[in-house]
Amino acid sequence: MVLDAKIACRNVWKLYGKDPEGLLAAHGGNPPDDAILEDGYIPAVRHATLDVFPGEILVIMGLSGSGKSTLVRCLSRLIEPTAGEVLFDGQDLLKIPAKELIEIRRHKMGMVFQHFALLPHRTVLQNVAFPLEVQGIDRATREKRALEVIELVGLKGRDGYYPRELSGGQQQRVGIARSLAVEPDVWFLDEPFSALDPLIRREMQDEFLRLQTMLQKTIAFITHDFDEAIRLADRIAIMNEGRIVQIGTPEELVTRPADDYVANFTRDVAREKLLTVASIMEAPADGETLSDAAVRQTDKVADVARLIIDSELPLRVTDGDGRVIGAVGRAHVLDMLFATAGEARG
Amino acid sequence: MAEVAIPAGELAVRRWVAGSGQSGLRVALFLLAPFFLVLLVGPWLPDWLRIVPKDWSAPFVGWINVVVEVLRTEEVFGLFTFRDITRAIANLIDYPLDFVEAVLVAGFSDSVPGLPWIAVTGLAIVLGWYLQGRQLGIVAGFCFAYMAIFGKWELSMVTLSVVLVAAPVAGAIGVALGIVAFKKAWFEKLLWPVLNVMQALPHFSYMIPVAIFIGIGHKAGTIATIIFAFPVMSRLTILGLKGVSPEVREAGIMAGCTKRQMLWKVELPAARPTLMVGVNQIIMLCLAMVVLASFVGAKGLGHDLLNRLRSLWIGQALEIGVVIVFMAIILDRLSQAWAEKEPEHAREGPFHVRHPFATAGIAVVVISYVLAAFIPALQLWPKSLSVTTAPMWDAMIDAIVVYAFDYLELIKDTLLVHVLIPMRDLYLLLPWSALLVFAVTLGWYYGGWPVAGIQALFALYLAFAGFWERTLITAYMVSFAVIVCVTFGSIVGIWAAGGPRRSKVVELILDTFQTFPSFIYLIPAIMLFNVNDFAAIMAIVIYATIPTTRLTIFGLRTVPHDIVEAAIASGCTPRQVLWKVRMPLAFPAIMLGINQTIMYALFMVVIAAFIGTTDLGQEIFRSKAENDAGKSLVVGLCVAFMGLMADQLINAWARERKKVLGLE
Ligand SMILES: Nc1ncnc2c1ncn2[C@@H]1O[C@H](COP(=O)(O)OP(=O)(O)OP(=O)(O)O)[C@@H](O)[C@H]1O
Ligand SMILES: [Mg+2]
Repeated sequence: MVLDAKIACRNVWKLYGKDPEGLLAAHGGNPPDDAILEDGYIPAVRHATLDVFPGEILVIMGLSGSGKSTLVRCLSRLIEPTAGEVLFDGQDLLKIPAKELIEIRRHKMGMVFQHFALLPHRTVLQNVAFPLEVQGIDRATREKRALEVIELVGLKGRDGYYPRELSGGQQQRVGIARSLAVEPDVWFLDEPFSALDPLIRREMQDEFLRLQTMLQKTIAFITHDFDEAIRLADRIAIMNEGRIVQIGTPEELVTRPADDYVANFTRDVAREKLLTVASIMEAPADGETLSDAAVRQTDKVADVARLIIDSELPLRVTDGDGRVIGAVGRAHVLDMLFATAGEARG
Repeated sequence: MAEVAIPAGELAVRRWVAGSGQSGLRVALFLLAPFFLVLLVGPWLPDWLRIVPKDWSAPFVGWINVVVEVLRTEEVFGLFTFRDITRAIANLIDYPLDFVEAVLVAGFSDSVPGLPWIAVTGLAIVLGWYLQGRQLGIVAGFCFAYMAIFGKWELSMVTLSVVLVAAPVAGAIGVALGIVAFKKAWFEKLLWPVLNVMQALPHFSYMIPVAIFIGIGHKAGTIATIIFAFPVMSRLTILGLKGVSPEVREAGIMAGCTKRQMLWKVELPAARPTLMVGVNQIIMLCLAMVVLASFVGAKGLGHDLLNRLRSLWIGQALEIGVVIVFMAIILDRLSQAWAEKEPEHAREGPFHVRHPFATAGIAVVVISYVLAAFIPALQLWPKSLSVTTAPMWDAMIDAIVVYAFDYLELIKDTLLVHVLIPMRDLYLLLPWSALLVFAVTLGWYYGGWPVAGIQALFALYLAFAGFWERTLITAYMVSFAVIVCVTFGSIVGIWAAGGPRRSKVVELILDTFQTFPSFIYLIPAIMLFNVNDFAAIMAIVIYATIPTTRLTIFGLRTVPHDIVEAAIASGCTPRQVLWKVRMPLAFPAIMLGINQTIMYALFMVVIAAFIGTTDLGQEIFRSKAENDAGKSLVVGLCVAFMGLMADQLINAWARERKKVLGLE
């Protein structure tokens, strides 16, 4: 891509243990697994390189303990990485002085937490206005802004309530409002919906997408739920034991998983809803007769499956300009539906 | 990982001790063997291994007194002495003290009287109602009205004013130290052991140094109270700040808080629940201390109680005791309600709708002043109308003496002759080297070399401080009392844990009793048994049974439910469930209860010296009479170290046990 990343990391390491810097130095910045484990170090993040582009939702996925939270906290420098670079608008966050970092956090970053992390002694209004308050913005201005955001997340009228007087979903709306109050460019969300029950979770995902269409933030979103990842992500990064094992669009992960770990995540996905015609079509064989009907390459398989299956002959697949670029028939659809992960990869 | 650090030989010993089969017995044998060995060879030990000779004792007392003398008389820059500074600081406390006392009762001048008693009572009602509900309002109103009608209004308000001044000051000091300790690891390392010792020092040890540097009187009593009460707040501040969830802290950082904003806007408010526990405790400690501080001249209820007890006017003493009890109950309930009060969103509307309780409070004060201007009895309840219960109590005591005296005497004499005195003689035979061996073995086994080392230091201090016999007498009284407490407390606890209703009732009673200042417990003991060792032990027993009972109930009732169900499902009878499942699992909790019981007993044993015992407490009293600061501190440390020894061993044991049971 030609775009510059909004936020990026290069070769980031986070090791816990006695002397992590020493270990890295002893192995030229890239210690092998056995050296790490032998000395009792915990590799929370290893060798992570990642770009998040402006306006993109990057979802970070992985099993519990795979290092998702640590990685995201390295991006915001809540955790000091052991080694590597974190670039924010091209500037190395790890090198800037503390004062400047505070300024960046005050104006350009927002974060939402799994357990909401609201301040229990403050009302909704005061919680949302909190980031503005610490900047020293006067009361009238900050409360006006806070009320706008509160309305944005659908909590109008609840501004005088205390967190414990709200349901979990409402509390997380407050968390979201607080993180948006300063109009950040970059938005970090660490499993924001994991503590909510499934129905509310779905509702909050819709809400999140609605907000993002309006606000177009640059987002790093953590989850361990692949369905959630597919619904929200532009791209997904999958982590395993501190490493980023694959980054790609949901479709790429399903069709071309890098290893069994990734394949395991994608196994139970409803492929027909995720994959587009383009990913299952083939170039038309010479002299093959095609049906007159056509589908677009960007159509989701689920939406056009009926059409394809009902047709005796394979259908044409067209690109945006209406040119025929391939063909798709019953066999393709059935293969896809009943393919195991392994076959799909081959 | 932890095992790597242990040398192979040591590991082998531990393996052997904890080996298969009857491991409990083996452990006990192993741990006690060295102790008994020393006891057995006792008669052949050289004398100095039994009792450290007088001229070998470390002259701690002298050293401290030299320091005190220097601080008292040496001038800094030739201008003023350390004592001048402390006195100057102490004088500052007079301003808030006088002010609060003036507001509550004394008045500022003849034309500006203090609050009428109905105003204070009314405010208490409003406060109780606001903090919890109507019920607490009624209780508060009753307690304060009682103080007025029974003619103890002025004394009560003086005591209350000390608490109202000392508690916030102690709280502020405690929080400030706690914050520094939270920020600076080295300061925490320094502060923590100091807090441990301070919380284990008996009340009286604070008084003599205070008396020397500040003098005797109301002010000194207040200062002693502050010093006594603040450690608990420091401790809870550290715990509270450390307990703030990392997410909340991260939310603060992400909002762009500076360090200062972080502390004041995020961490301290988020630690509020823990801090509020501290507020409740500090208020109760202040009350307990201000009652005792009458020994250095604090005015108020304690002062009168002390005088009555000294003259053995038991009826009148009881009457004051009841007022103190009411004061304790109401302060405890109000501060707890405050701690538990959750914020609620305010209603919209004019002032009196938004702030109904503030409005009510203002109304109460205004109306009271107006009424009191016309009816003087509402300003200060007249002496002539005061009700007194003293004759009733006296009659009751007479009745007890008439009907039960013989039996009480019989019980007392039997116990004294057949149990207490032989036990005391036995204890007096104990060589200090045996204690040392005992403490080090246990410390090593449960806590490794660091604990063993600290145990050794404690034991050596006790041996070389020069009060070994007194220490043994204290130990004997405390052990006897603790045995009684534990027996009695665990029986009651087991009974009470039998059903939710029972445990609720018993817990309510215990909670109430626990709020009473320890001094109060002397009254019934003196009433029934007069002034002697036995009465002292009775007072200790009443007071120190509470924690064991409480933690027995807690331990039994918090045994995981599924384990109990699994036991029932495998066919255990209720008795088997109790003894084979619940008791073993509750045992660590019960041990912590016993630990507290020991602490309580040590505190009480010193207070009980007031009614004539021959232990360390007596020495502290004597040092007070002699104004001997060094001695009072050295002896106080003896008591504190005895407590800390038991505390450390029991805690190390309980930690180990909990790990084994997977209860962490
Ligand atoms: N302060 C720390 N000290 C030692 N190890 C740590 C620390 N913080 C995290 N770890 C370890 O680093 C690894 C990654 O933790 P991290 O919290 O990033 O995982 P996660 O993917 O967010 O997991 P979860 O889904 O449970 O939130 C884990 O093995 C964890 O135990
Ligand atoms: Mg996480």
